[in-house]
Amino acid sequence: MLAYIVRRLLLAVLTVWAISVLSFIIIHLPPGDYVTSYIASMSASGSAVSEGEAKALREQLGLDKPITVQYLKWTGLMLQGNFGMAMEWGRPVSDVIGDRLTLTMVISVAAIVFTWALALPIGIFSAVYRYSFMDYVFTLVGFIGLAIPGFLLALIVMYVGFAYFDANVGGLFSPDLVEAPWNMAKVWDLTKHLPIPAIVLGVAGTAQLIRIMRSNLLDELRKPYVMTARARGLSEYWVVMRYPVRVALNPFVSTIGYLLPYIVSGSIIVSLVLSLPTVGPLLLKALIAQDMFLAGTIVLLLGVLTVIGTFISDLLLMWIDPRIRRGRQ
Amino acid sequence: MAEHGAAEESSRVDPPGIALGVEAAAEPAAKHETRNLAEQRIAVATQWQLMWWRFRKHKLAVGGTLVLAAFYLLAIFADFFAYVDPSESDAQRSLMAPQAIHWFDEGSFKPYVYALKGTRDPMTFKRVYVPDTSTKIPIRFFGRGEPYELLGFIPADRHLFAVEGAKASESLFLMGTDTQGRDAWSRLMHATRTSMTIGLVSVALSLVLGVVLGGISGYFGGAIDSVIQRIIEILRSIPTIPLWMGLAAAVPNDWSVVQVYFAITIIISLIGWTELARVVRGRFISLKQEDFVMAAELVGCSKSRIIFRHMVPSFISHIIAATTLAIPAIIISETSLSFLGLGLRPPAISWGVLLQEAQNIQALVISPWLLIPSFAVIVAVLAFNFMGDGIRDAADPYL
Amino acid sequence: MQNAKKPLLSVRNLHTSFFQDEGTTKAVDGASFDVLPGKTLGIVGESGCGKSVTAQSILRIVDHPGRIVEGKIVLTREDGSEIDLVKLKPNSREMRSIRGGDIGLIFQEPMTSFSPVHTVGAQLIEAVLLHNAVGKKEARRRGIEALRSVGIPKPERRIDEYSFELSGGLRQRAMIAVALSCDPRLLIADEPTTALDVTTQAQILDLLRKIQQERGMAIMLITHNLGVVAEMADDVVVMYLGRVVEQGKVDDIFHDPKHPYTKALLQSIPSIESVPRVKLPTISGSIPHPFNRPTGCPFHPRCASFMSGRCDNAEPVLAPVGDGRKASCFLYQ
Repeated sequence: MLAYIVRRLLLAVLTVWAISVLSFIIIHLPPGDYVTSYIASMSASGSAVSEGEAKALREQLGLDKPITVQYLKWTGLMLQGNFGMAMEWGRPVSDVIGDRLTLTMVISVAAIVFTWALALPIGIFSAVYRYSFMDYVFTLVGFIGLAIPGFLLALIVMYVGFAYFDANVGGLFSPDLVEAPWNMAKVWDLTKHLPIPAIVLGVAGTAQLIRIMRSNLLDELRKPYVMTARARGLSEYWVVMRYPVRVALNPFVSTIGYLLPYIVSGSIIVSLVLSLPTVGPLLLKALIAQDMFLAGTIVLLLGVLTVIGTFISDLLLMWIDPRIRRGRQ
Repeated sequence: MAEHGAAEESSRVDPPGIALGVEAAAEPAAKHETRNLAEQRIAVATQWQLMWWRFRKHKLAVGGTLVLAAFYLLAIFADFFAYVDPSESDAQRSLMAPQAIHWFDEGSFKPYVYALKGTRDPMTFKRVYVPDTSTKIPIRFFGRGEPYELLGFIPADRHLFAVEGAKASESLFLMGTDTQGRDAWSRLMHATRTSMTIGLVSVALSLVLGVVLGGISGYFGGAIDSVIQRIIEILRSIPTIPLWMGLAAAVPNDWSVVQVYFAITIIISLIGWTELARVVRGRFISLKQEDFVMAAELVGCSKSRIIFRHMVPSFISHIIAATTLAIPAIIISETSLSFLGLGLRPPAISWGVLLQEAQNIQALVISPWLLIPSFAVIVAVLAFNFMGDGIRDAADPYL
Repeated sequence: MQNAKKPLLSVRNLHTSFFQDEGTTKAVDGASFDVLPGKTLGIVGESGCGKSVTAQSILRIVDHPGRIVEGKIVLTREDGSEIDLVKLKPNSREMRSIRGGDIGLIFQEPMTSFSPVHTVGAQLIEAVLLHNAVGKKEARRRGIEALRSVGIPKPERRIDEYSFELSGGLRQRAMIAVALSCDPRLLIADEPTTALDVTTQAQILDLLRKIQQERGMAIMLITHNLGVVAEMADDVVVMYLGRVVEQGKVDDIFHDPKHPYTKALLQSIPSIESVPRVKLPTISGSIPHPFNRPTGCPFHPRCASFMSGRCDNAEPVLAPVGDGRKASCFLYQ
């Protein structure tokens, strides 16, 4: 068991490091740097930046040092909690990101909860009543859910909301509470607005999980221990729920590891369509403006949160699977 | 403890579930002979024939394949199915609603549309186009229209839809127009071509990556396997969209359309390869332990011969299935990236680029036809999923 | 001494079929036999002859798409009353109390017969709680006792272990403990020793015999291993393609087999007394495909005593051929 935890922890740390390198590389891929685009935007508005000013600016921002040094500087600062300045905004990155990261995680978690709450019972039902009419209905709906990319669904939902209900289903808060400080009313408002983004985000994942649960459960239902449970005189309901479902639950839980990054990813685009105050729209703007610190930090933090989530799910898996706990060969 | 021995005299390797009874003598003649014939057909069928028979039974898979065939037909002959140049824009014709085709003209089947009259809207002073019910413009199928080059080099001018006595660019707007006044139907045809081909090119790259890395990982095992596995795990636990966005945003603005196309293709192919690598590795690992591999080694076959002539043919069908199932994700990624403005750039046309027009909700409410390309995406993804499922079930029904 | 004790379980003309898209398989095609209280009945036959499906039919746990089409399975309860198990609904309270309570079942594969994520004890205690009105503590105590009675050392520790933490022999004993925990009057053992090595096999068989003597429990032993049958059974039923082809006392069957199939089976056992350097006799042909059953007697295509015109035209019935023996063959009809 300890070996398992240590292994997963090491992997998590390694992943975080890889993400930091990747985000750093990505930010430095576009030719030119922030100063170049700064000069361009200044000249577009009529003022010029002299050579000397540009050089001084570069020195000030540390853009004239070799890449590896810049990377180390960056990581060093971050570990102290200083994420640098969002150059376009002129404010510290942590200010600009603010609530958005939390909100991203909130809707991601909500989407996962929704996904599970739906996929588990439907998956079980589809396996037990295999080939029944409802099974086909669920399979079909599931397929369609898989086929519609998140942002398209968001688009359609927005359209339907506007066209037929004259309502703006986007956003996470009512207009009057957007800027308000956090209190119970705001939290309640958030909860009321959560269902639609959570559902839109979760649909594709739900379809996938249903298929996984159904196929895992079908495998387990064929196994001898189900027959022995029946032979003990257990009622059919408990034979299914207590044994094969419990066993099929393990691979199901392990899917969080891949569900979380998938959903966090999807939330970026969906929040663009639904105008949610999360990290997505911010990232897009930062990338287009080549705002290095902001974009890099967002990508990094998203990755780190995802890795943490995955690690928690690994712990969860260990808790429910005695084979991992007791170190089965 | 002795066991009785009942010899089994069927010596051929049977497909699952069918046993060949050697004795046929005492059976009633006709019925048994036809059944025996069917069994023998099954016994000598090649692996591919068996797969094909199983695949055929899957109605959804067959349906999906037909739909995809239609899509690719559209893609190849996009110029034929379109009727105007997709980039030809006219700001005054922006956001026109789809025209209604009237199929019957005074009792006989003669499809036509009404001509469009340009008038000035008294409120906004903008030029708007309204149907002129006095002028009927007949539609001809396979009629002559603007010239193009079929398959890239054969000059032709026949289109699926053509109009008589007028220019198509002024009178035919079967799916309306977008904000720049470009005909949506023709754009959709060309977008289909781009989106469907990006899928193929990307998945080919993913396939190469996946097969090579997965194969190395699975066949050699040990340290190499661990390293590659860790890399795959790391990649899978990172949210991909921010990464693609980053990579796509890094494509310089001044690259040509073709260069951007290839850059996007490469970026997208970097997603799907992990899944393919996983499948390939799994297959190699399970095959390594099969007796026939050991037999080949004992006979003295070289490693490459074992890999390519013995192991690969037994899992090629699984690879095909996994590849087909990887395409939908690629189509969705391209569509998403282009939708965000980070993917293909004008004048390239893909479904994602078309859907960019639908970003503005207010505009969308007034012009809902801008959403039509989303059906193309959904149908294509569904079709690939069904076909891929069918292939996978046909390749190994016990999987 | 009464000649025929009232049978504990009486199966009459059982037909169980599987209805699939490709066709209907008659897994059990008219089987009839009795299990006497306190005695061991051995059911022998090749794989696919319907032995396991018979056991499943008795317990009404036949998997979909199979179901019992015809027949009677009469169980004599402890109070003497009789009940036809076929008439009960499989998931009804009554059937479920019989299942595990009056009739216990042990399987071939002990590893996969336990849930991998539940402790052995959990499954044992569950069985106890299902059939006895006791509390959890008492159930646990009984569970530990059950483990002890099958010879598992340190049962108080073992009860909290998982199946993968036990060795093969211990697992099989644990499975027997679960089956016995509610003191059943009939134990159905489906290939209980096939997956075990020879030494463990001997131990398990000894254990079963001991328990039978202690409790007066009847055993229905299903196996393809004639040696096990010879050692354990009092009566034997030979099955082929879902039918009973011969039945009788174990000594009679082994020393004086009547049905050609039984004769061929016995001839094909290697023995110390057989002539050396002579090819081991086998049964010619192979088991026909379930969709391709021969008309008439199911064994006739492979039968050494095949009588053309008779054996392929009509089906023989299980008829008496001697003192307490029955065979289904035209040689005797």
